[in-house]
Amino acid sequence: MKRPTCSLETPAAMEHGSVRDPSSATFSFVDEDHTLANSVRFALNQDPRVSLCGYSIPHPSDSRVNIRVQTTGDPAREVLKDACQNLMLMCQHVRSTLDKAVDDYRSNPTDMDTK
Amino acid sequence: MSEQESSSDERMSSEEEEEEQKKEEGFSYMNLPDVEWGQLPPHIEKQRSRVHLKPDAPTNTETLQYSGAYASMGVDNSFRLDNFRDNFRIKVIALDKDKMEFDLIGIDAAVANAFRRILISEVPTMAIEKVFIANNTSVIQDEVLAHRLGLIPIKVDPRLFEYLSANDTPNEKNTIVLKLHARCLPGQSRRTVYSQELKWLPNGSEFAKESENPNSKPSTYTSFSCSQDSLPEFASNPISAMEDIIIAKLGPGQEIELEAHAVKGMGKTHAKWSPVGTAWYRMFPEVVLLENVEGEDAEELVRKCPIDGVFDIEDTGNGKKRAIVADSRVCTLCRECIRGDEMWERRVALYRVKDHFIFTIESTGALPPEVLFTEAVKILEAKCERVITELS
Repeated sequence: MKRPTCSLETPAAMEHGSVRDPSSATFSFVDEDHTLANSVRFALNQDPRVSLCGYSIPHPSDSRVNIRVQTTGDPAREVLKDACQNLMLMCQHVRSTLDKAVDDYRSNPTDMDTK
Repeated sequence: MSEQESSSDERMSSEEEEEEQKKEEGFSYMNLPDVEWGQLPPHIEKQRSRVHLKPDAPTNTETLQYSGAYASMGVDNSFRLDNFRDNFRIKVIALDKDKMEFDLIGIDAAVANAFRRILISEVPTMAIEKVFIANNTSVIQDEVLAHRLGLIPIKVDPRLFEYLSANDTPNEKNTIVLKLHARCLPGQSRRTVYSQELKWLPNGSEFAKESENPNSKPSTYTSFSCSQDSLPEFASNPISAMEDIIIAKLGPGQEIELEAHAVKGMGKTHAKWSPVGTAWYRMFPEVVLLENVEGEDAEELVRKCPIDGVFDIEDTGNGKKRAIVADSRVCTLCRECIRGDEMWERRVALYRVKDHFIFTIESTGALPPEVLFTEAVKILEAKCERVITELS
């Protein structure tokens, strides 16, 4: 079995993976918790390129989460980035829908169903 | 395509034969109708989309997120943004200046929960962090007084301020100074000090700092370069604290004189910075009558339910009565209706809809609830963006 052989350290995110096989890696985020990790896990799980993903908080006193991504071949890093991208687009849609729903409610408080 | 059609024709005729057989042999799973490719059979669809509440415990509580979860049935469970856009809806139920209830439909619990968590602990507000007490002869101790002041919501948009870091000097961009000077003169009766007595000092602190060098220029605890009320955002709407909150009670001859410095912070540091009283959601309750409940039983069902308005009785003509589900939204899913005799479990089914959230936000007053939700969504976006930039 391949052991983690590299760690590319950036201020808040770290990738632990293998040089030869970029398709599986563990990403370590500081100053994040279930809020981001569980949403990202949701987005990753819904990506057909992902064969396994999960997250853990190694210690409750450290504000750090580890997100494990294993893919069917694509680089884990790119797949994680795409998952975040999807989540962002989802958020943008939620935001615009809410704005519309609130406007509709204000103009007509009895019937409000916004798509 | 044509091949498939012809084969489905064959299936039709064979189905008829099977129907005949079924009548002779009784029930067999072999005789169940085929489910179209690319469509979940009704019972799987139910498991996917509903939590089923049984008298003892709920079942099917999990959501299957894995993209290939239904691949064997030709159903793609992967994320499609256009699908999400088509299915996602928001319905505002009630909205006023400090409370909002709305339905989030077509979103996963993971994301709805992220919004809730962010609302409670990561949307910033301003709250009193430092209290300089010049005089306090009231019965309430300094530290208790300071704690009480901290919890008072400040009515100001936190987006107009910056965070005060450890090495920063308090200035007009990161600090709000409020003054409180209340006294009860000797001979007067006891009085209550309310939060509206906190007066905003747009020019910053008025308390002079003690200095070792008596010749140095006197300085205060803040260094404002300009008055806050000269800034366009505060010129027409002065900063104030939430009214009608009791701070302390003063007896005759007692006095409180202090200055409170409010800074920007987040609920995860201390609950005083949380912009919401609370924010919560519940899954939409669904009550289904599986068979007709009539006559005496209908009345018993209405009696069993502790909530008004979930069940109702309808007249079916010629004096007969039948129970109907009038409004499942108000159901608390207490399961009282399926308790007792086992026949009730066969008659009534209780579900939670897994992707329909009744979301409620109670604002503390700094920002209106709809703005808070927008801010929470923006924060989740910012988190995603941070991950993307750091991995690029």
